[in-house]
Amino acid sequence: MKYLRTNDLKMLAFALVLFAVLQGLITGRVLNSFWQLNILIVGINIIMSVSLNLINGYTGQFSLGHAGFMAVGAYTAVVLTTNFHVAFLPALLAGAAAAGFLGFLIGLPTLRLRGDYLAIATLGLGEIIRIVIMNIDHVGGAAGFKGIPHKTTFVWVFFIMLFTLFFIKNFVNSKPGRACIAIRENEIAAEAMGVNTTKYKVMAFTIGAAFAGIAGGLFAQCFYLINPLSFTFMQSFNYLIMVVLGGLGSITGSIAGAFVVTFLSAALASWPEFRMIIYALALIFLMMKRPQGLFGYMEITNHGIFRKILKGGRKHA
Amino acid sequence: MDVTQLVQQLINGISLGSIYALIALGYTMIYGIIKLINFAHGDIYMVGAYIGFFSITAAHLGIFPSLLISMIVTGGLGMVIEKLAYKPLRNAPRISVLITAIGVSFFLECTSMYFVSPTPRTFPPVFENVAFHVGPFIVNSQQLLIFGITIVLMLLLTYIVERTKTGKAMRAASYDVETAQLMGIDSDRIISFTFGIGSALAAAAGVLVGVYYNSIDPLMGIMPGVKAFVAAVLGGIGILPGAVVGGLILGVVEALVSGFISSTFRDAAAFAILILVLLFKPTGIFGKNVREKV
Amino acid sequence: MHFSKKSLKLMGAAIGVMMLGTVVAGCGSDDSGDTIKVGASFEITGNQANYGSAGYDGLKLAIKQANDAGGINGKKIELVEADTKSEASEAVNAATKLISDDHVKVIVGPMVTANVMAESQTANDEKVPVIAPAGTNPDVTVENGKVKPYIFRSCFIDPQQGTVMAEFATKNLKAKTAVLYLDSSSDYSKSLGKVFKEKFEAAGGKVVMEESFLAKDQDFKAALTKIKTANADVIFVPAYYEEVGKIVKQARELGITAPMLGTDGWDDPKVADIAGADALNNTYFSTHYFEKDEEVQDFLKAFQDEYGHAPNVFAALGYDAGKMLVDALTRAGSTDPDKIAKALEETKDLRVGTGTITMDPKTHNPIKSAVILSMKNGAKELVAKIAPDAE
Repeated sequence: MKYLRTNDLKMLAFALVLFAVLQGLITGRVLNSFWQLNILIVGINIIMSVSLNLINGYTGQFSLGHAGFMAVGAYTAVVLTTNFHVAFLPALLAGAAAAGFLGFLIGLPTLRLRGDYLAIATLGLGEIIRIVIMNIDHVGGAAGFKGIPHKTTFVWVFFIMLFTLFFIKNFVNSKPGRACIAIRENEIAAEAMGVNTTKYKVMAFTIGAAFAGIAGGLFAQCFYLINPLSFTFMQSFNYLIMVVLGGLGSITGSIAGAFVVTFLSAALASWPEFRMIIYALALIFLMMKRPQGLFGYMEITNHGIFRKILKGGRKHA
Repeated sequence: MDVTQLVQQLINGISLGSIYALIALGYTMIYGIIKLINFAHGDIYMVGAYIGFFSITAAHLGIFPSLLISMIVTGGLGMVIEKLAYKPLRNAPRISVLITAIGVSFFLECTSMYFVSPTPRTFPPVFENVAFHVGPFIVNSQQLLIFGITIVLMLLLTYIVERTKTGKAMRAASYDVETAQLMGIDSDRIISFTFGIGSALAAAAGVLVGVYYNSIDPLMGIMPGVKAFVAAVLGGIGILPGAVVGGLILGVVEALVSGFISSTFRDAAAFAILILVLLFKPTGIFGKNVREKV
Repeated sequence: MHFSKKSLKLMGAAIGVMMLGTVVAGCGSDDSGDTIKVGASFEITGNQANYGSAGYDGLKLAIKQANDAGGINGKKIELVEADTKSEASEAVNAATKLISDDHVKVIVGPMVTANVMAESQTANDEKVPVIAPAGTNPDVTVENGKVKPYIFRSCFIDPQQGTVMAEFATKNLKAKTAVLYLDSSSDYSKSLGKVFKEKFEAAGGKVVMEESFLAKDQDFKAALTKIKTANADVIFVPAYYEEVGKIVKQARELGITAPMLGTDGWDDPKVADIAGADALNNTYFSTHYFEKDEEVQDFLKAFQDEYGHAPNVFAALGYDAGKMLVDALTRAGSTDPDKIAKALEETKDLRVGTGTITMDPKTHNPIKSAVILSMKNGAKELVAKIAPDAE
């Protein structure tokens, strides 16, 4: 336990240093606004992929509707901030609550399904959410919600992302988290061992959806305008790609996946005709070379250099 | 609700549903053998439509030779894709293969967008579309043709799978690839063959849809691909008659919702039906409940 | 499951090089002095790519003509392209890249309203002028009653077209009842539908049914069967050509004979290819120009020579935006964004591909004439020419 805690503190310190460096680069205008924007997008994508990983990677429930929950969070947050002048953080939390509640409602019946049947059901649910939003004129319908103030800053994204990472990491290492992993490994065996599978599946689904809601709120207040086209099932695929590319069941992997996918897209932005072709080929190639994803089940904290630092830290502690 | 409209909507629904069914047949065959949701299936359907289009417009062939060429070439393409992209992942986690399928799908969409431009193409009128007026109802020859082809293909495929030696090998491989291999079945060849057939079916659907709706574009496969997947799951994925029944149900539901509730919620209703059916029959209408063991 | 050190290092190096490469590329491409950098942000991939690529073709033609004629005061225009992936957030991303990485002086595009609307905020904040070739929603250039100083458009706005068609339906076709059939995934379609309904009902007509479809739909028969039962005098379908062609074809197959009305999204030779000449009889739509007009012949010929096919309305609008840009750059005589914006604002009696435009400085909407065309046996016929109203 003590080891874990020092571990956490070390990671926190590392994160703060990273934050200071990035913030320095941003304030010093070393990174231009394009890269600044993409750092925000990476942060949001990390929240999305880590939360999806909790559902897909740790609990083993194949969900393809994550963009739908993001949409719920996004629209809830912007309606609150723009129409009701609620402050930024409460609006984000409300978005998270709405998405989480919907995740709970939807999860309860649908999580009875398994594997590919669950996948298509969640894909359908995501699309239903989107179609419903598209037909609510109060939030702009198909045209989208306009005139959203640009409130998402690097500080917000970074610390919410950090909170997400620590929350999900601690959840996975807690008793419910272990139950989720047991469900992934073998649902029937887990049930036989007395794990209430429905409860933990719904719990993971709800938490994942709530964080997607937060990410949605951040996303929405980054772009002035959101419209339902930003939350199609193709978008859900994108987050799934990040998770699988990084490694199912690895938080480090999800971070890496979000990072690689976002920066690949940004780095290839000058060659728009070829961007998606190269992206597709890179995806096929990476899956062929590392089908378990970049990190598999590994966490970077268990690896070489980090382990040395962390062990060293333990000796002194 | 008037009866005339109801009957006409049923006709519309069955005609739309037989297109979903035609695409779903290939989906379900491929799923049946390697349990892969081949998200690239819709895009293979698009490639098939383009090959048909070019053999009609550039090579000036008739509709049936074009259909055949498209099925052969696209079937070959399906086998090549299987060999290059999916075969190396035979022992990888299923979700990695799924991501590869999404990658293949992006690749087919974007390369064809680059080479044939995103502008839609129109098929030349290759055969007469006669409208039959039966009382107040209207059916046309192309709708009948598509429906007929779907049923014939379903019967043909069921025959191949149930009665022939290759079909037996396919069924064996779908139970357990490795054991089938031990029993002297060349599983790789069987899987490759299944991909060929599945892709050829998609091509046939692509050409017929191109002729029927008279317009094709590089992204035409996305929505039909998802709908066909829904149809296949609705009927019980991996089961051939299930795909056809699922497709027809989906088509009829869409038509009835558009006709009597609101066309705005057509797609939402289609997905809602799927979810409802799955809640009561978690493996689809014809799906068998496989008992899981530890 | 162990990660070899080598692969970890390799991965790190690859990502590092990737980032460094682009950052360096970004820094290296500063203003070279002998060209004027113009951002071309279009829907190059994604499901709106057919509109984006057509608009981009039009723009490229206008820029090529200007460069061939000696450029702008001796400087050539260099187009820097960016892809919106047919999505609003990516449009912001693309615009940010054009502005901060490529240092463009002005941006043309994207075509689709939602994308250009999202982009317009960023560009306005960064003080980079934008010309929206096809963003027809009034809010593109105006926010809360105030004009966005750096945002312009080169096309007419939704209310104008909706009003024109509603008047045409009541006055010329003597229609009493109408059905709206809208693309519920498109802002363009929905906002035209709203205006049409307002004006049509104000003139004493009644909208008896509203149905909708989604972009990229193939089968419209179910909704059309329902529309048939309404037996309305006209059917208004403000949508884009790909769906319009199929809708008209399937409507006629189902025996719907009522006149069908549309807007500039119909103006593409593809509509006739998809629907067939017979089906298109008794349809009317408003658009920007009539192909037999004297003043558009130069553009039609130049486009045909360049690309080997006739332009559609999106290509024409992209070309107009390019013309407007070239004119403004020439008059501004500088690449200072304020001067360019001022020059754009002062655009007056400018001959563009589809006619003549004058910019309204209060709304940044061009004052531009429209035409109503009908289709007779596959050929367009001019029904009416509507002079610009200085609203």
